[in-house]
Amino acid sequence: MDLKLLTYIVVGMTFALYIGIAFWARASSTKEFYVAGGSVHAIPNGMATAADWMSAASFISMAGLIAFMGYGGSVFLMGWTGGYVILAMLIAPYLRKYGKFTVPEFIGDRFYSNGARAVAVLCLIVCSVTYVIGQMKGVGVAFSRFLEVPYDTGVQIGMFIVFFYAVLGGMKGITYTQIAQYCVLIMAYTVPAIFISLQLTGNPLPQLGLGSTLAGTDTYLLDKLDQVVTDLGFREYTTDVRLSGLNMFAFTLSLMIGTAGLPHVIIRFFTVPNVSDARRSAGWALVFIAILYTTAPAVAGMARLNLMQTIEPSPGEYLEIEKRPQWFRNWETTGLLAFEDKNGDGRIQYSADAQVNEMTTVDQDIMVLANPEIARLPNWVIALVAAGGLAAALSTAAGLLLAISSAISHDLLKGIYKPDITEKQELLASRLSMAVAVLGAGYLGLNPPGFAAGTVALAFGLAASSIFPALLMGIFSPSVTRAGAIAGMLSGIGVTLFYVFQHKGIMFIPGTAFLGDTPANWFFGIEPNAFGAVGALVNFAVAFAVSRVSEPPPAHISELVENIRIPGGATPEHLS
Amino acid sequence: MSQMSHERAQAYWRRNLSLMIRLLVIWFVVSYGCGILFVDWLNQFRIGGYKLGFWFAQQGSIYVFVVLIFYYARKMAALDREFGEGE
Repeated sequence: MDLKLLTYIVVGMTFALYIGIAFWARASSTKEFYVAGGSVHAIPNGMATAADWMSAASFISMAGLIAFMGYGGSVFLMGWTGGYVILAMLIAPYLRKYGKFTVPEFIGDRFYSNGARAVAVLCLIVCSVTYVIGQMKGVGVAFSRFLEVPYDTGVQIGMFIVFFYAVLGGMKGITYTQIAQYCVLIMAYTVPAIFISLQLTGNPLPQLGLGSTLAGTDTYLLDKLDQVVTDLGFREYTTDVRLSGLNMFAFTLSLMIGTAGLPHVIIRFFTVPNVSDARRSAGWALVFIAILYTTAPAVAGMARLNLMQTIEPSPGEYLEIEKRPQWFRNWETTGLLAFEDKNGDGRIQYSADAQVNEMTTVDQDIMVLANPEIARLPNWVIALVAAGGLAAALSTAAGLLLAISSAISHDLLKGIYKPDITEKQELLASRLSMAVAVLGAGYLGLNPPGFAAGTVALAFGLAASSIFPALLMGIFSPSVTRAGAIAGMLSGIGVTLFYVFQHKGIMFIPGTAFLGDTPANWFFGIEPNAFGAVGALVNFAVAFAVSRVSEPPPAHISELVENIRIPGGATPEHLS
Repeated sequence: MSQMSHERAQAYWRRNLSLMIRLLVIWFVVSYGCGILFVDWLNQFRIGGYKLGFWFAQQGSIYVFVVLIFYYARKMAALDREFGEGE
């Protein structure tokens, strides 16, 4: 069957499924809208968390990043999984025990101040909006590449689908669609990986394939890869450090604590029945995530090897332009792959030396997107990859939009501005703010501001430097005061934003980077995307310092902290 | 269940903290230790075609993370029961 038609059918079927779920899982109370009634089992919640968490960046870009960064790409693998250990031990169980609907609500109560709550809402909106723009762009790009509809139409279709199930079902609708989306995206990711691993090594498990010998030889795949990349002057794949050990350390830490501080992930743990389930559910979430995250390095290494060997079939002999394969031509039309025959020999030289190199554009995203074609897999696999990319982007967008809209309706409106509205009015307000959030995200997706590129990593830095330290101190240090928490959050997020702006431009406007984006100007050689770890340290230092000189917290706060640390019993009325 | 006494709550929390600290040491060692700080030294060893340090950074640390969370969840469930907090 024609690939395009097949892709329409597969994507259409998944969308019909999501809409069907939306009708079935409508929310009828605020508890259902915000936390799916608090009755989601640990394993399905783990699956929904995995889909919530794994965005277009994980699905489409990560393997490509690793393919070109080699060992240096490990920061994403460790950073985006290790955060779950922190989440499971240091954050999720206690917030679940507190049993409220949003993250700012906890911060407001623990730091006995609507000011702290409002600052937390501000930090939440800054991180979530930066994050959601990337998802909307991912939806538009996936549509335009696979279904050949214009980018704008793609974003609009995506918005319509999310609007439908998020406004109708809130967290309840989102939870069940995310479970379906996880199944779609994990199939789409692992099926091509299994085929490619089989072709290259004869081992069906990509995780083992990457450590195996190439089929029919006794050379290990990774040794071969190291050899072909170093022959062309690139750095050795398995030892290519990203800038410096310190930078990798800071980057990994930023991603880990950013993960544990992202509100849209934390609120997923409010949907399970109890504290014990919150801990187990974090484990299941990581299992479902690890299936993709341990496959990604195999996809990366194998795709890089395939690419190198396509261009240089045997040492010193490069691909003849006329003989380049069909997938190569297909991706040239998208502009993601381009070459220029500089020396006019009719062959494509590939080299780390920019003077000689004729592969002028190799976009990292094609490593996942073109993988099935490179491996000559059947068309239905390619169609599945399209549906998988869309599922990854839509599920994350929905989770983020819920975090944003609940912060507006529950924290700002019900919590601070008009505490006396009824539940019915609040449910209506939450649907309205969801609708506004979807439209806003769609608008930003259609008119991406200059800073949209590469903002996902920034969202982690912002969460790492603002929300994570506030939550950690809220749970572990009863003596941190209102003034300390507010000053800490503002200075943490402020320092991080300032550092990013001074190197990347104010609001990312080109030409306003007053300190230039070069490693020589970086603080201890730490790149801007890795700076969240330093921002978090600033947050802790400021919060502790201010807490020492400000008035100690009222008596009921130590009681509140003691209460959330033990799993059983309800939180007494006077503490909440 | 009824609210735990202050002393029992303190005891429960200390047990939780000590378990947490032990597991976080492992978390740190497999990722930042084996994956970053000692990666060059570990790379002299091999596990199949993987250099060991590289394996920890791209595979091993993730498997250990999964085990750590389930171990923590199980141990804490036992602690909850011991303190009459089981649900």
